[in-house]
Amino acid sequence: MAKNLLALTGNDAGAYAVKQVQPDVAAVFPITPQTELMHKVAEYVADGVIDTELITVESEHSAMSATVGAAAGGARTFTATAANGFALMWEIVYIASSLRLPIVMALINRALSAPINIHGDHSDSMGGRDTGWVQLYSEGAQEVYDNIIQAYRIAEHKDVLLPVMATFDGFIISHTTEIVDTLTDEVVRKFVGEYKPAYSLLDIDHPITVGPLDLYDWYFEHKRSQIEATKHAKRVILEVADEFYKLTGRRYGYFDDYRVDDAEAVIVVLGSAAGTTKCVVDKMRKDGKKVGVLKLRVFRPFPAEELADALKDVPVVGVLDRAVSFGGWGGPVFNELRSAMYNLERRPEVVNYYYGLGGRDINTEQIEETFNTLLEIAETGKVKERFGYIGLRE
Amino acid sequence: MAINIKKLANEPELLASGHRACVGCTGTTILRQVLRASGPNTVVSFATGCMEVVTTIYPYTAWRVPYIHNAFENSAATISGVETAYRALLKKGKINKKINFIAFGGDGGTYDIGLQSLSGALERGHNFLYICYDNEAYMNTGIQRSGATPRGAATSTTPAGKVIPGKPQKRKDLTAIIAGHHIPYVAQASPHNFIDLMKKVQKALSIDGPAFMNVLMPCPRGWRFPEPEGIDIARHAVETCFWPLYEVENGVYKINYIPKKKEPLENWLKRQGRFKHLFTTQNRHIIDELQAEVDKDWEELKNRAGVE
Repeated sequence: MAKNLLALTGNDAGAYAVKQVQPDVAAVFPITPQTELMHKVAEYVADGVIDTELITVESEHSAMSATVGAAAGGARTFTATAANGFALMWEIVYIASSLRLPIVMALINRALSAPINIHGDHSDSMGGRDTGWVQLYSEGAQEVYDNIIQAYRIAEHKDVLLPVMATFDGFIISHTTEIVDTLTDEVVRKFVGEYKPAYSLLDIDHPITVGPLDLYDWYFEHKRSQIEATKHAKRVILEVADEFYKLTGRRYGYFDDYRVDDAEAVIVVLGSAAGTTKCVVDKMRKDGKKVGVLKLRVFRPFPAEELADALKDVPVVGVLDRAVSFGGWGGPVFNELRSAMYNLERRPEVVNYYYGLGGRDINTEQIEETFNTLLEIAETGKVKERFGYIGLRE
Repeated sequence: MAINIKKLANEPELLASGHRACVGCTGTTILRQVLRASGPNTVVSFATGCMEVVTTIYPYTAWRVPYIHNAFENSAATISGVETAYRALLKKGKINKKINFIAFGGDGGTYDIGLQSLSGALERGHNFLYICYDNEAYMNTGIQRSGATPRGAATSTTPAGKVIPGKPQKRKDLTAIIAGHHIPYVAQASPHNFIDLMKKVQKALSIDGPAFMNVLMPCPRGWRFPEPEGIDIARHAVETCFWPLYEVENGVYKINYIPKKKEPLENWLKRQGRFKHLFTTQNRHIIDELQAEVDKDWEELKNRAGVE
């Protein structure tokens, strides 16, 4: 297959995908580190490269509100945000999924205030893990591009009709230039297809009421149907990934397990740190140490059975969380993953590390040290510390 | 712009009966007047509030036009999205009909929590009409004060106490704030003068760009008056000049109704239980202050409209 390689930052890669999908409507509001993505989209619009209508809103709350209006009006939509912007739109984020609107949003991961911090961690998207959106995490610019394109197919599938957020680490991915293998506009447009919603506010001859008051006599059933939709999303994510593989040769699933099969210790991580961990795995494997990494791509819906199956023969699993669940029993990924393993015949030891908050760097030495701790647990069967920190001053 | 009442009266009703508004509610009257003027090719967005709650209790809806309720503070942002979708799909030839876009909000959803989203949508120049149905408090949640509540009025959060007799602050002049956006059309209306109200709706919808209407909506529960009197209370408010009927078209002010003799505000206040506590020796001064404010605002409006 002829390659069309471009040097793009994560934000550029996201914008390039948006250019190729050419949504009908996109809402724009600035927040670091997301701004460059929407700058690029605005340039495509200003230069007439795409005919997307931009709504240059006055807040993220209105960004999501207008996107909801546009999606309910039958338009294919896009918006992007980060951290506090995501927090401000929170109310409507939940409404978007509950109204079953297939919105696609790029969430450029950034630490939530306070103290104010503009760098990457997962406190924003992890805080939104129960908002009913599908969440796809990306390791680098290539995945940003691929995930945004696939997001439209997942969101708009008739059995799903849920919004999808494609997330990637602020600065580490959003502002780093990488080589991205791109498709042609025509191929992308054919892949996402024409958007034909079953219902629209603009179908004036068939009036619908969107968002009625729904009390104890029906609300519960509507939540149940939403739960079913997230189950369908799980199936559709793989169907779309298969089609995407045939198109690109790039394989996607719920997660990517790397040298996990015979591993004695595995690190589970999502986002940019997965790449760093892979490097460490390769190095340690050369030294004869049996380590592996599992990079989680889909956090919502959570692929519990599949993860449990993938890790069932691993003696020790170290889960790296880049978001704190204050007062909780470990971080969000740890919590869910450990619960997913409860019914395994032989449960692995699972330990948890907080790392990279507020964009704190994580390096290969720290990951190697973490692997060595995990290997020590595998050897001794003793867990000295269930919860730890990587790269933190004590 | 002429209104053919006979013809409009024979058009199908676009807000079905059977909704659950209170007895004597003037809000649904306003909705019916607006829909009669706009016709069926209209998409409506609604802020959370009385009219939203009473017209759409699942699995029922009173709306015979497309309707969306998103949240409390974002009726304008929501309609801006629908209207943008319309322009996008029109451009692509996927839609070919002329469609009106109307966003509604109560005074809580407009004067207060929704002001930012409204201001943004107006500034962006979307082609829509925003209608505030102003019943001068958060009625849906149980009569709490809003930025539209008049000075002295008793509400659940500004009760007529022994020390603090009702709301201490003057209401904000939202219509003037909106006029400050220099949009093509801004108006105040009242349901008692339905011809004026419907003409204004039609004018607003015929103009390209954003338009705004502030409509007084007497509330028998919140204002505490007998249920049959709502429309007359609205008329009376206009006669006192507490709620002038006027419009600002491309910056030009026009007062649509000038009372021959301005009715003393006191006579209007007297009819409403929310002002009952003002009629004591101790609180009498508040009535005088209110009258002075109304007089001053009326003179200012006349000046702007160039009326002697």
